[in-house]
Amino acid sequence: MAKYIVKRLLWMIPIVLGIVLLIFTIMHLVPGDPARMILGVTATPEEIEALRHKLGLDQSFFVQLANYISGLFFHFDMGNSYVTGVSITQDVLSRLPRTFGLGMISMLVSFVLGILLGILAGTHQNRWQDRMCMIIALVGVSMPAFWLALMLVLLFAVKLQWLPAGGMGSLKYYILPALASSFGGIAGIARQTRSSVLEVIRADYVTTARSKGLKEKEVVLKHILPNALIPIITVAGASFAGVFGGSIIIETVFSINGIGLYMMSGITSRDYPVVQGCVVILGIIFSLCMLLVDIAYAFVDPRIKAQYEGESKKKGGAKA
Amino acid sequence: MSEKKNEAFLSVKDLVVEYTSDGQRIQAVNGISFDVQKGRTIGLVGETGAGKTTIAKTILRILPDRAAYIRGGQIIADGKDLLSLPEEEMREIRGNLISMVFQDPMTALNPTMRVGEQIAEVILHHNEISREEGEKRAGEMLEMVGIPASRYKEYPHQFSGGMKQRVVIAIALACTPDILLADEPTTALDVTIQAQVLDMINDLKQKNNTSMILITHDLGVVASACDDVAVIYAGRIVETGTKEQIFDHPHHPYTIGLFGAIPSMNVDEEYLHPIDGLPPDPSNLPAGCAFGPRCPYATENCRKGEIPETMTPDGHKCRCINLDQVKEGGIHK
Repeated sequence: MAKYIVKRLLWMIPIVLGIVLLIFTIMHLVPGDPARMILGVTATPEEIEALRHKLGLDQSFFVQLANYISGLFFHFDMGNSYVTGVSITQDVLSRLPRTFGLGMISMLVSFVLGILLGILAGTHQNRWQDRMCMIIALVGVSMPAFWLALMLVLLFAVKLQWLPAGGMGSLKYYILPALASSFGGIAGIARQTRSSVLEVIRADYVTTARSKGLKEKEVVLKHILPNALIPIITVAGASFAGVFGGSIIIETVFSINGIGLYMMSGITSRDYPVVQGCVVILGIIFSLCMLLVDIAYAFVDPRIKAQYEGESKKKGGAKA
Repeated sequence: MSEKKNEAFLSVKDLVVEYTSDGQRIQAVNGISFDVQKGRTIGLVGETGAGKTTIAKTILRILPDRAAYIRGGQIIADGKDLLSLPEEEMREIRGNLISMVFQDPMTALNPTMRVGEQIAEVILHHNEISREEGEKRAGEMLEMVGIPASRYKEYPHQFSGGMKQRVVIAIALACTPDILLADEPTTALDVTIQAQVLDMINDLKQKNNTSMILITHDLGVVASACDDVAVIYAGRIVETGTKEQIFDHPHHPYTIGLFGAIPSMNVDEEYLHPIDGLPPDPSNLPAGCAFGPRCPYATENCRKGEIPETMTPDGHKCRCINLDQVKEGGIHK
């Protein structure tokens, strides 16, 4: 198992390289000269040329790319912001905990509530509990996060004045953002849980469990849920990654100074290295999520674990 | 012992079960009655779809809810009326007083749970004992069905089909039930393993004086494991008696047809002798005798109303009104 995890971690290197290559090329192809943008319309050609030289923009595309990659991989240096001149690595690392914390809270909320709603719907198929849960899920899937965020602010911050409209601070500042960014995840997970519970609920081993005289709660928790969990984890992993992608919107609406807001300001001020840095970080987080999903499979299903272990055994055997 | 023998430990009376599917009513069990005495085995024999498994699931009350309805009848086990017990008391009976061995060992075990745990679960549920004690007993159950206790921590995918069925049997017998419902316990296994599993069930059954309902479509299994036999056709018992009575003197045309379908070992036969036609559509059963449309002896009267149960000369029960003509027709027509 450890071998499998190490192997997957090593696989992340080419994945991150690919992300860097892609985002760097796209950024390079975007029209407009960053030096001219930084200095404004009044700058003389000499000043622009000097800044281009200072930023390394006068070098060829491949040299720039090689410099960026070597900086990123060997020094974890993502360059400096064009606008502020501050190290992007530092900016990103100082903002990461907020984005990550919000992501974890939203994820926990969507996972727990989504599975609860899904089980309730699946075990009461076609009854009112099922209908209610599926209506909630339908609303959650179809409602855009930014609109929900604005409505939540209107209701709880402006009208009722229970919670702050934005900013950072104690836990209550996280309630509205977490609610807004987890609603889509709750809906997705609830729908997936319902359909995989329905798939498992008629399985022979569930009948076996009932024939043992177990309580319905035990049947659901020990026999139905563990077997229904694989597709749920897949959806949860995707919505975890979605939460980070959605942080751009949520952090902008609630003015939380995290990666999302940083990236947004990078985009509006054409601060290319900042956008690049944020995309790379989000890419790394995304691939870590996928790795976590695959590891979670192994813990849920012993057959998948055996498969992973079999793979690394085969590799080990071939080397020896 | 002899006075106990006549007393039924499990008694099923006029059981009627229906399924509903897309607004259609499917009559799975249509008035079945039988008794099982302590320590005896009754074989329920019939084609696929005759309602055998439904009977077993009704006894345990594990039919799919909202799809199946028990329309009538009574099931008395150990003096308790099972169909009117509250769900909580019924849970105490499942796996404890009555337990069930399922048809397909490949799917009957939870793939995400260690096999030992699956046995320990039922033991811990029905006994007030510590976790360690429960696990110890589960290990002993594994040994009892011929699996080393060292494999307690393995998962079902690490076991072969025959071993999985042994685990299923260990689960069923873990709380030494008084009644074992064995639903085609050997059908999914290959022939050599079939014999082993059957022998094992018989041994364990005798050890604990367990009553058993053995559901099968294999007359060979009936011959080697049962005391009594009930032949079921379209949710109804068409003939019932002791194994010897049914095997030596079958009276109902369907039973005769079943035995006729077994190829003879001594004669070189080119073709098998199946019963012509197909079982009736359970959502649209024919009036009168359900076997009528396939029966070579059927008359006008067979289509008129309920066929009563008659006593045959050797003292077993049979639902046929043309027994004399059937007898003239000979056993292997």
